[in-house]
Amino acid sequence: MSEQLVEITVNGKTVSAKPGEMVIAAAERAGDFIPRFCYHPRMSSVGMCRQCLVEIDTGRGPMLQPSCMVPVAPGMTVDTQSETTKRAQEGILELLLANHPLDCPVCDKGGECPLQDQAFSHGPGESRYIEEKRHYEKPIEISSLIMLDRERCILCDRCTRFADEVAGDPLIHFVERGNATQVMTYPDEPFSSHFSGNTAQICPVGALTAKPYRFKARPWDLEQNNSTCTSCSVGCEISVHSSRDQVLRYQGIDNDDVNWGWLCDRGRFNFESIHAEGRIAEPLIKTADGHQAASWNSAMSITTDLLKGALESKGPSSIGVIGGARGTNEDAWAWAQLCSALGVDRHDPQLGDGMPAALLGMPRATIREMASASTVVLMAPDLKEELPVLYLRLRDAVVNGSTKIIEFTSTGSGLTRHAWRSVRHGAGDISTAVTETLAYAEVQAQLSSGPVVVIAGRSNLASSAELEFAAVQQLVASIDGATVLPALRRGNVVGALQAGLAPESPQHDSTSTLAAAAGGSIEVLVLLGCDPLADFPDRELAIAGLNGAGRVVSITGHMNASTVSADVVLPAAVMSEKAGSTTNLEGRVSSVSKKINTPGVARADWMIAVELADRLGSNLGVGSVEEISAQLASTGAEVGAVWSVPFELTSSETSVSSKGGYDIDLVVSRVMYDGGVATASSPSLAGLAQGRAVAVSPDVLEQLGISTGDMIRLVSERGSVELPVCRDDRLSRDTIWAAFGQPDRESGHGDVRALISSSAHVSRVRIERVS
Amino acid sequence: MARLTDANVSIAEEIIARYPRAKSALIPLLHLAQEQDGWVTDEAMRHIAELIGVTPAEVLGTGTFYEMFKFEPVGKYLINVCGTMSCALLGADDLMHAAEEELGIHEGGTTDDGMFTLHRAECQAACTEAPCLQVNYRFKFRATPVEVRQLISDLRSGRLDDEVPPHGTLARIRQHIPADRGVGAVDPADVTEPPAWISAASQGGAS
Amino acid sequence: MTSFPWAPGFIEGNRPQIVTSRFQYEDSFTLERYLATGGYEGLRSALARSPQDMHEEVRSSTLLGRGGAGFPAGVKWGLTPEGVYPRYLVVNGDESEPGTYKDRLLMERDPHQLIEGCLIACYAAGLSRCFLYIRGEMALAQERVAAALNDAYAAGYIGKNILGSAFSIDIVLHWGAGAYVVGEETALIESLEGNRGMPRLKPPYFPAAIGLYGQPTIVNNVETLSNLPFIATKGAAEYTAIGTESSPGTRMVAVSGHVRRPGVYEIINGTTTFRDLLYGEEFCQGIRDGNDLKAFVPGGGSAPWFLPDQLDLPFEGRLVGAAGSMLGSGAIMVMDSTTDIPSAALTLTKFYAHESCGKCVPCREGGTWLMRILDRVVEGHGTTDDLDLLLEVGESICPGDMPHAASADLQLEATPFPYKMTTICFVGPSAYVPVHSALTLFRSEFEARVAPSRSRTRIPVTAVGGDS
Repeated sequence: MSEQLVEITVNGKTVSAKPGEMVIAAAERAGDFIPRFCYHPRMSSVGMCRQCLVEIDTGRGPMLQPSCMVPVAPGMTVDTQSETTKRAQEGILELLLANHPLDCPVCDKGGECPLQDQAFSHGPGESRYIEEKRHYEKPIEISSLIMLDRERCILCDRCTRFADEVAGDPLIHFVERGNATQVMTYPDEPFSSHFSGNTAQICPVGALTAKPYRFKARPWDLEQNNSTCTSCSVGCEISVHSSRDQVLRYQGIDNDDVNWGWLCDRGRFNFESIHAEGRIAEPLIKTADGHQAASWNSAMSITTDLLKGALESKGPSSIGVIGGARGTNEDAWAWAQLCSALGVDRHDPQLGDGMPAALLGMPRATIREMASASTVVLMAPDLKEELPVLYLRLRDAVVNGSTKIIEFTSTGSGLTRHAWRSVRHGAGDISTAVTETLAYAEVQAQLSSGPVVVIAGRSNLASSAELEFAAVQQLVASIDGATVLPALRRGNVVGALQAGLAPESPQHDSTSTLAAAAGGSIEVLVLLGCDPLADFPDRELAIAGLNGAGRVVSITGHMNASTVSADVVLPAAVMSEKAGSTTNLEGRVSSVSKKINTPGVARADWMIAVELADRLGSNLGVGSVEEISAQLASTGAEVGAVWSVPFELTSSETSVSSKGGYDIDLVVSRVMYDGGVATASSPSLAGLAQGRAVAVSPDVLEQLGISTGDMIRLVSERGSVELPVCRDDRLSRDTIWAAFGQPDRESGHGDVRALISSSAHVSRVRIERVS
Repeated sequence: MARLTDANVSIAEEIIARYPRAKSALIPLLHLAQEQDGWVTDEAMRHIAELIGVTPAEVLGTGTFYEMFKFEPVGKYLINVCGTMSCALLGADDLMHAAEEELGIHEGGTTDDGMFTLHRAECQAACTEAPCLQVNYRFKFRATPVEVRQLISDLRSGRLDDEVPPHGTLARIRQHIPADRGVGAVDPADVTEPPAWISAASQGGAS
Repeated sequence: MTSFPWAPGFIEGNRPQIVTSRFQYEDSFTLERYLATGGYEGLRSALARSPQDMHEEVRSSTLLGRGGAGFPAGVKWGLTPEGVYPRYLVVNGDESEPGTYKDRLLMERDPHQLIEGCLIACYAAGLSRCFLYIRGEMALAQERVAAALNDAYAAGYIGKNILGSAFSIDIVLHWGAGAYVVGEETALIESLEGNRGMPRLKPPYFPAAIGLYGQPTIVNNVETLSNLPFIATKGAAEYTAIGTESSPGTRMVAVSGHVRRPGVYEIINGTTTFRDLLYGEEFCQGIRDGNDLKAFVPGGGSAPWFLPDQLDLPFEGRLVGAAGSMLGSGAIMVMDSTTDIPSAALTLTKFYAHESCGKCVPCREGGTWLMRILDRVVEGHGTTDDLDLLLEVGESICPGDMPHAASADLQLEATPFPYKMTTICFVGPSAYVPVHSALTLFRSEFEARVAPSRSRTRIPVTAVGGDS
């Protein structure tokens, strides 16, 4: 569909513009920058600051109009430099500066401040304002991450519009009126949005600042590189800012296909973990006295011997590789090649918390296709918690576009309020829910009204991947032309699966490997940037697997629970310390850049694989990221065939008996902040994890005669835990929910994973009072 | 202090139902809260946010824009002396001084016994009756300083209890749409057709 | 020439009465009195014909909006985009322009007339829900309208299938909470949506196209709608027989300030002159205490000021516009020779600065700045530079020529209305208008108040340059 372009004249030049495009944007493309403060291309125009007034002539003579609010029209003439325009812009700037403190030398924004810059480029050069300026207490903490200085604020409405329109968290708002107007939160209700950091980035003055960056650097001292955020698999484009070999902040870059400039707070601020104390700077070898530092040479010799020994004594099936979804494509390719060279089939980048790799063999959708689909079917974890910027894009498609959401959920999600239909199902009834939902005529009518994209991922870590994947298959098979956007979580999980780390059958996945290890048949277990003890849903199996494995080799950037007892620990580079590429959930490949050096002698994962291969007599024939990239490009097409193998739900036992009173469905899913290493080792974020608790419906509280904060005991066939209870109005009486992977802050608060068995399709529990 | 009482929640629900979108009831509900407690409490704002499905910050944002909402306790009688043009031309300052003297407080203050709060107000749409003032939004026209003193003493003694309800109460008659007569509020997203009488007329007419 | 204790300020004269005909009755606000005096006949007459017919009748009456802009109501109703429903009627009863007093009286004294007007408008323009927004501070008007609505519902004049017809409508009483700017129609809509009453930009937010909940919305003033029962009952011809062709019918005008008999008068539109109003025996009967007239504000606090030179202009929009001011909302404020002009200007500027919503910069910052400079001048701490500064700050709010009246004494020609503005709505300019009028017409009074020029304080903005 070709759109008829509109021709307008800007300062004498003819400019072609898209219909509906605002004059300010068209002029900017033509090289005529019109000053602005409230205008932001990704938010609705409000025309408040009046800085973008220019003379626009639509045939009735030139009139001063806000160019952010006037769409282009054929024959329109725009003069951004006329005397009238200049006078108006100078006048507005003088008024804007009237109450703005001249504290630029101590302001974090100084040097990259739109107000400062435009005061120079478009201002009057002097102020006649001699009255006292507005005074407010400064700065105030409006959340644990964001500080607000109301004296600097020019009330452009960007942050408040962002919170309301983009994030859907209107927790900051204008209060009072006229000259006393301020941005403010409700008393005792902080701006605890998952996206709060964006407000500091888009603030055109130094009113909003992000705590992790406050007083850390001056903009002119920063070096920057474009890169990709790998905190999750959305793949937001970022700019990495560093100074003196320290990463100091990430800023979002407006990528039209992906993140539109936005970042979630986890992605924006967990760079702090790069410089955390728990980073491993040199190889460690386990001895009777604990880990001892070693040289690469001796650590690699030991590792080589371990692998060689396993191969010789019990063959390649006695070696298992788990992880690899946190690295680059190049890392994953090198490890896949190493596995292949050694004949090792047990490799899986997921930790029993994802979906079968066959998901990627289904017809795929892009984020852009999702955002323009008529219907998006959600059979996925809560996007707001796990893939936050995908949530923003989908929310935008619903709120500002015409996309409708059909959601399958056991607990409700951040998108429930935007869903056209939100289908509640019991953990084991997902297939029935799909059948019944599709039977409705109005649902059929909606699904046939245009493109359908299914967002598919693991919505419940206490249910089996098989069960949920079967429902996805059922759904896709039932909807003509439906495509799938995989909602897998780890930054490069799709890249790792596609680069050859996907297990070829369920017998080789992480669950099987851990089970084999628990049974004594694994000689060497390689943990490739992962922590099964913390991340594998079936906690007992993870413990048994690590204990049962002959030797454990951990390649990791940070010390973690699984690394503590590893026989060999190889220090790995983390993001921003290595170059390469990453693949996001839609399959888009983008680059990650090396901005700083690794601590100590840490290396990229691929280097370790290449050297091990060499030592084991299988030279991989590559010696640089570029060479691997070339290999990847040439073999990429072949990968994937295996995933179209039909997948069948092997066990029919989707419903567990209520024997023993296990009649409540346990739903476990991740929230944005957990005990994972990236959050836990970022000081600004660590405290935001909510801690361990279990949420129940008000009915259950009433039935048990307990209230929020009281302890309850949950018992499953697998085990039991005691947890504090909290009330959640979204839940039904036969479903309880707990956040996965929460840090253990209070002794006696159990880990809900103790209830999960990877051999059961659903986890049911009974609740007992703790007297 | 205080969420809305059950009785007021019923009134609130009736008010909310009149609007195609619940947030439209925000200002009427803040008035209801102010009528209940004499001022708008934090708890009431949270309760209103729940009732209409917005955040408390949005309630505060809207509420603080409007002068009539008080977020701290005020006197039982709020005296607003108009100070805009015609009243200013005809002696508003004299009224203010008389009130300040009689009450022993300054403009903006509240008497120790919590009976009176004195404010200077903007135009009250009674300019031909200048200078004027309002007590809890009940008018006193063409007032003189002597009359202001008398008014305060009458309020103090309770002689005006019937005429002037305590601060927070505006209209003492509420609109009530009988269930059998009301058409009902419909979300605009659910309507695309012209109303019945328009369709009926155009079917019968030339078009 | 009678006044009634129950209608304070209203003065009846020997003139045609269109909207105040029932004010003579103490119980004019009751349904009984309304029905006994021809009430709801206009509705019956409207329902007896097609909506298009009724709309046409209003169009041909050239009924002008009474809220301030003076746009013909029948034309306004026709501006809704074809085929877009639902459409709403929002009644602007947020009367608060300084000097204005008429809508409150109409709501308190004849609420059924307003309700009937709403019904006729909704019927004719296909508006499917009506919201009647009354200013928060008007407790009595709220009570009277609430009671009238309850009675009219009970009697079958509002609600489902009105008088057995296909016409069904709810009228919802809504009330504000104290914010002058909400009288601006887009701010009124924001407020009705539960938001801060901050005006929206026009374009694109012309209410007729994108109004309440984003739907086509007609915003009409209380007085405008109160004219409809007359037009529906008696026809456009009888209506246009009163007044002039361009300004037919009558108008409610409030005259306040330094006149002998301030009051609210229903006057014949277009022909009555300011001299009639200020000096006429049936109107204000001259300036108080036999003083001379110094100046008057002809159309509410936001209108540029007039001098005695303009007394013989008729109360007619175009002529007043050409003479440098506006009719606005039918409010005249009179200043006699004793008036301290700088103080009077400060009073008005303070009002608009206080009532700024804070949305756009020139109004939020400029209005307050003007007020502070003027305050300094009035208090005797200003210099002549401050007088220039006032005009220069004003230029940032209203660039280009400002409308003002002609003055024979000052040998000043008139500059016609309107002004240009850098703001979203007229509140910002309104803070400047009184400053500009007063300084243009009475500069000597300011000069007498200030010290001579000092070297002017200018703060280099390069101070914001930081240490880069």
